[in-house]
Amino acid sequence: MAMIEEMPKAVMSPKEVIARRVAREIREGQLVNLGIGLPSMVANFLPPTVHVFFQAENGVIGLGARPPEGMEDPNLTDAGGGFVTAVPGAASIDSAMSFGLIRGGHLDMTVLGGLQVDERGYLANWMVPGKMVPGMGGAMDLVAGAKSVIVAMVHSAKGTAKIVPECTLPLTAVRRITLIVTELAVIEPTDEGLLLRERGPGVSIEEILAATGAKLIVPENVPEMELM
Amino acid sequence: MKKAISPAAAAELIPEGATLLIGGFMAVGSPIRMIDALVARKIGNLTVVANDTAMPGKGIGKLISAGLVRRVVASHIGLNPETQAKMISGEVEVELVPQGTLVERIRAGGVGLGGILTATGIGTLVAEGKQIVEVDGRPYILEKPIRGDFALVNAQQADYLGNLEYSLTAHNFNPIMALAADTVIAEPHHIVPIGVIPPDGVKTPGVVVDYLLERAA
Repeated sequence: MAMIEEMPKAVMSPKEVIARRVAREIREGQLVNLGIGLPSMVANFLPPTVHVFFQAENGVIGLGARPPEGMEDPNLTDAGGGFVTAVPGAASIDSAMSFGLIRGGHLDMTVLGGLQVDERGYLANWMVPGKMVPGMGGAMDLVAGAKSVIVAMVHSAKGTAKIVPECTLPLTAVRRITLIVTELAVIEPTDEGLLLRERGPGVSIEEILAATGAKLIVPENVPEMELM
Repeated sequence: MKKAISPAAAAELIPEGATLLIGGFMAVGSPIRMIDALVARKIGNLTVVANDTAMPGKGIGKLISAGLVRRVVASHIGLNPETQAKMISGEVEVELVPQGTLVERIRAGGVGLGGILTATGIGTLVAEGKQIVEVDGRPYILEKPIRGDFALVNAQQADYLGNLEYSLTAHNFNPIMALAADTVIAEPHHIVPIGVIPPDGVKTPGVVVDYLLERAA
């Protein structure tokens, strides 16, 4: 049993730390939408005892794992275009129903990547003017409509802070997101500002403050994050 | 009975400068044979309303590569660098619309609504220049309806009456777009006798479908 306590944290990539920590936020019975890339890794770390439905906004509730090689259905993909399966009890839906669920408050949680989050808890994640204009896809609806919004991102981009006093990139929504999870910290936007709740494995508060552009509220006790 | 026509004959119906609603999400559930016929006919100056422009060489990406598109209304062009390059050079005008707003604007166009009120985009670039309507103290953006001259939709099965059934994540924008155009051309993977699709399986009633593409050779 002691082996479970001793996870090989040293060899874990930053993205894996983030995905394992986000997985702890997911509760039995929830409807959850995972964004493309890092957020989609979260599904790998859910224990089989936690039953949730994953939504892919292109049209399925009950997204399953990747199908066996050679058995992919070209009409069953996730929002990134990757082949997936559907779990027993899944439902296929059109885009109006899919976004009706998102805007209508039926989606318990969305996990999204981020370019910037600021002291108000506002997220910018859909464009870098003059450089990258991919379009917002479903992100604006997800942030405006999901009951809880978790931003899963590496703490800073090549030395540039992503957690900033005020977003300089175009906002995705003016809604305060629920939680920021990085490899260094778990941060909760509150009425008073950004509250440092947890430290990454082996990470000091000084390291977190040095990598953060925004003001953080640091309580007396900031425990190390527990990972799934 | 609906008339089954060849992709080339269907493409002949579409004039230069037409506004096309095209189903699909990253080319899944896109009317691929119809798109190939448009590329072969080389009708240009098109406005394409679709979730995305897929990737170069796939689905709607073929229309972009062929230089037939003047304007795109979509939620995402991130996986098609050609669309982005043509947007920056000014060759293609791109209007980016949040995905949920895009589908509801098309639905509004198809079901006789004068627009929709949505909280998505409030306080962002999307709200700029748009009317804000307050309902019970909450602000919403008034988003106007979208209609097309043609809807090009893909379905899993059609029957001889044009009733359509869709498959899994190939539904996406197709059933909504089939309501919102003057002329609806459906490209089914299979055409089956009347009665094979049970009433409960019909997502697009044949009454709104004008043409079926004939079976693939």
